[in-house]
Amino acid sequence: MADVQMLNRVVIRFAGDSGDGMQLTGDRFTAEAASFGNDISTLPNFPAEIRAPQGTIPGVSSFQLHFADFDIMTPGDTADVLVAMNPAALKANLAQVRRGGLIIADTAEFTKRNLAKVGYEANPLEDGSLDDYQLHALDLTGMTVAAVKDFGLTRKDSSRAKNMFALGLLTWLFNRDTQATLDFLSEKFANKPQIRDSNITAFRTGFAFGETTETFAVTYQVAPAPLREGRYRQISGNVALSYGLVTAAQKAGIPLFFGAYPITPASDILHTLSKLKRFNVMTFQAEDEIAAAGSALGASFAGRLGVTASSGPGIALKSETISLAVMTELPMVIVDVQRAGPSTGMPTKTEQADLLMALFGRHGEAPVPVIAAQSPSDCFTAAVEATRVALEYRTPVFVLTDGYLANGAEPWRVPLLDEIPAIDPNFTTEPNGEKGDFLPYLRDEETLARPWAVPGTPGLEHRLGGIEKDSRTGNISYDPANHALMTDTRQAKVERVGRLVPPVEVDDPGRESGEGARVLVLGWGSTYGPALATVRRMRKQGIKVAHAHLRWVNPFPANLGDVLRAYDRVVVPEMNLGQLAMLLRAKYLVDVRSYSRVRGLPISVDEFEADLTAVVREVESAAAASEGAQQ
Amino acid sequence: MTTTQNPTSPASQPAITHGLAHVPLAISPLNRKDFTSDQEVRWCPGCGDYAVLAAFQGFMPELGIKKENTVIISGIGCSSRFPYYVDSYGMHSIHGRAPAIATGVATAREDLAVFVITGDGDALSIGGNHLLHALRRNVNITILLFNNRIYGLTKGQYSPTSELGKVTKSTPMGSLDQPLNPVSLALGAEATFVARALDSDRKGLSAILKAAAAHRGTSLVEIYQNCPIFNDGAFDALKGGDEAAEAIIPLTHGEPIIFGIDGHLCVVRDPDSPRLRIAERSSVEESAIVVHDAYADNPAYAFALSRLSEAGHIAHSPIGIFRDVERPTYDDEAREQVRTARGDTDTGDAALQDLLYGQDTWEVSA
Repeated sequence: MADVQMLNRVVIRFAGDSGDGMQLTGDRFTAEAASFGNDISTLPNFPAEIRAPQGTIPGVSSFQLHFADFDIMTPGDTADVLVAMNPAALKANLAQVRRGGLIIADTAEFTKRNLAKVGYEANPLEDGSLDDYQLHALDLTGMTVAAVKDFGLTRKDSSRAKNMFALGLLTWLFNRDTQATLDFLSEKFANKPQIRDSNITAFRTGFAFGETTETFAVTYQVAPAPLREGRYRQISGNVALSYGLVTAAQKAGIPLFFGAYPITPASDILHTLSKLKRFNVMTFQAEDEIAAAGSALGASFAGRLGVTASSGPGIALKSETISLAVMTELPMVIVDVQRAGPSTGMPTKTEQADLLMALFGRHGEAPVPVIAAQSPSDCFTAAVEATRVALEYRTPVFVLTDGYLANGAEPWRVPLLDEIPAIDPNFTTEPNGEKGDFLPYLRDEETLARPWAVPGTPGLEHRLGGIEKDSRTGNISYDPANHALMTDTRQAKVERVGRLVPPVEVDDPGRESGEGARVLVLGWGSTYGPALATVRRMRKQGIKVAHAHLRWVNPFPANLGDVLRAYDRVVVPEMNLGQLAMLLRAKYLVDVRSYSRVRGLPISVDEFEADLTAVVREVESAAAASEGAQQ
Repeated sequence: MTTTQNPTSPASQPAITHGLAHVPLAISPLNRKDFTSDQEVRWCPGCGDYAVLAAFQGFMPELGIKKENTVIISGIGCSSRFPYYVDSYGMHSIHGRAPAIATGVATAREDLAVFVITGDGDALSIGGNHLLHALRRNVNITILLFNNRIYGLTKGQYSPTSELGKVTKSTPMGSLDQPLNPVSLALGAEATFVARALDSDRKGLSAILKAAAAHRGTSLVEIYQNCPIFNDGAFDALKGGDEAAEAIIPLTHGEPIIFGIDGHLCVVRDPDSPRLRIAERSSVEESAIVVHDAYADNPAYAFALSRLSEAGHIAHSPIGIFRDVERPTYDDEAREQVRTARGDTDTGDAALQDLLYGQDTWEVSA
């Protein structure tokens, strides 16, 4: 029996060819960790090509899982454990493995040919180049094929179960329960008994291999994390967002109409919603992005919750329709699952560079409220809040997520539906004019929302359209004063949404006692995790740094200007070239500093920590110098 | 597939396959004034659009439906101002996108009569993709395509239906691109109802529009519409007198296709190809004359009919209903899927809460 070592946190990266089932393996291990009670955060990373050439670096698919006994913020920068199913997987991922980390490699794939494919002159498993790591070179393929030989599969099909052998081995190594995975495999392959049995056998054999051989001197245990009381599940951003839309529609008591065109990484929202028709969800796979948005707007006109989702290139095409939604003041939710651009860019990689497009990427003055989800599970809440604003203010609303949130997963404390306030679509059914007539642009004084009268309502027949509207009757108007009034009113309406936006909260432990930080880190969207993780690490070393985060990026919280001005230096980390920083500088005239990374990956905590520490040191010594000069 | 429905039968006997089957009926009869808005109509004097608006406002009360359940979606162009002039629900939307928006309206609600108003530039150029897919899906909408063979609103550039060599502001040396035949295009896009009408023929236009509204699925009606400012006389050959009698090929289901002064011309099958051709009646056997069949399942016949119109100056043009067949509509089937998925199961908060929990949950206690 190997010794058990307790760890607080572990980062595992499963890497292999895109056909090796690494995403499934990672998903399963995540499920095991989540149900054990660890906090988790995941980062799937796969090629855009469905089947890139086998055994090559571009064909490598990986899945990184961070699990811990405390609440973690990111999928981790460097891996403690790398499972490399072939030379390409080793080569592509070695730089992200901690020195001294554990590497499990499948020797069967380290053939001369495969080594040559990725430019290894010698076999790294044998030439000593991995001496700084705990290397376990195992014939995963050979052992799997031998274990499942009785099921009558070809060698190729037999070897497919090697990912389950690896999963079994890791399940043993981290002292995890096997039952959930056995149940999962039985159900997934219920109709394919041969495949089911070979996968189960491979999984069990991997577990037994760990237990009976003396390959591993120690096994590891990561205790459950002390999470807030409640019932939890694991959830990815795209699924959370889909559930948020369904929940919001149900809370509003109206059917959901979802128009979309397939695009990475947003398509899973279409897939998820199309399976939820039983909740009065209509999904429409349109002929293009424009029709996806147009159909959603048409459905909104007809009294439904019209929603469309896409990624950057698709959002660009929807721009004209969103402007029409601004002009007609109809509710609509637009989801942008951002990816690295411009143009096709890197479709499977993450970025936050659509912020300015969401705010300004339309013709004319066309203001739209924008909310950004901060974590995978927060996509649920962002969708509900966006819907509330869209319906109650009669406006298109943007929800920004990104590839990292969309595919990443974390534990989610499932909310009780009773805790979510109802949404009032407040349909207009009676004339509102003094003469018993209907004035489709006469507004609610509180929200500045116009009445939403849907077809089928007698006496309220009216015409909407893209031409400027008279401020009361909604008829075509070219009157200069009316256009000025309407332009101001559309802007004012979006600013009124600010009344719903809670003040930005600053996490600055020493502030109350007059020992506050001089530097504030302000993030938005998915930088939440990396920014908070960085701040926590620095505080452990006694470095003072404050942290705040924006969910609504239009309108900004009312107290944001005061918060920015309360610090000597504000640093804004973003996966773009400083878009939020530019907005803050323009609006508040504060010398906000941008921390920019555009590599298609979440911001690295290690790197950000180093840079931010230098900033704090610089600001503190400047302050000390100026205090010294004053004395 | 054949249809039992006579396309010109009154709409007062809605069958389940009737285009307006689920649209509530007006309690008391409506008249033209009920469909007239308080907005001043602003097309150029002599524009063909006036005649189409008048025909529309004239036949709408005959459908017997509630006007509040009527929705008109238009794109951009002169004709797309149309919704402002009809006192119903309407949206003057974006250039080319009306079929997409109307698809959302029609799929969301079965109790609405949805009309699309579009033009040759709007539907066939910038919005070609949406027209194609609306027809293919057979969404229950009625499309009025005003074809004046010119861009009027932008003051006179050639359009996708302008004849080759058209000299306009943007083509001073003549246009270079082959024009489209909207009827041929629609038939190629799997359309289930395709017709052509003339703006100046109020009676014929009204009958065709009524039949189009009664058709369940996408109905495309190409309306030859004169633009007196930028393309005056484009359809003069079809308007009045002997010239028109020689040019118009009237289509009536079940009738032999005979036209011309004293009926001296007819349509016959070309023995050597799938084509139809025009012949002197005196030169053929009576039995060789094609009997119009709008319900023919194979669209090849209707397509052959559509090819009798020339791409350039119109010397001949079939007018009437080319094709009227039944096929399940996208919106009916989409709603049916939702109904099936809902079934008798509870989809209230308890079911939604279960969805949020999913299969694998764990409890964390204090």
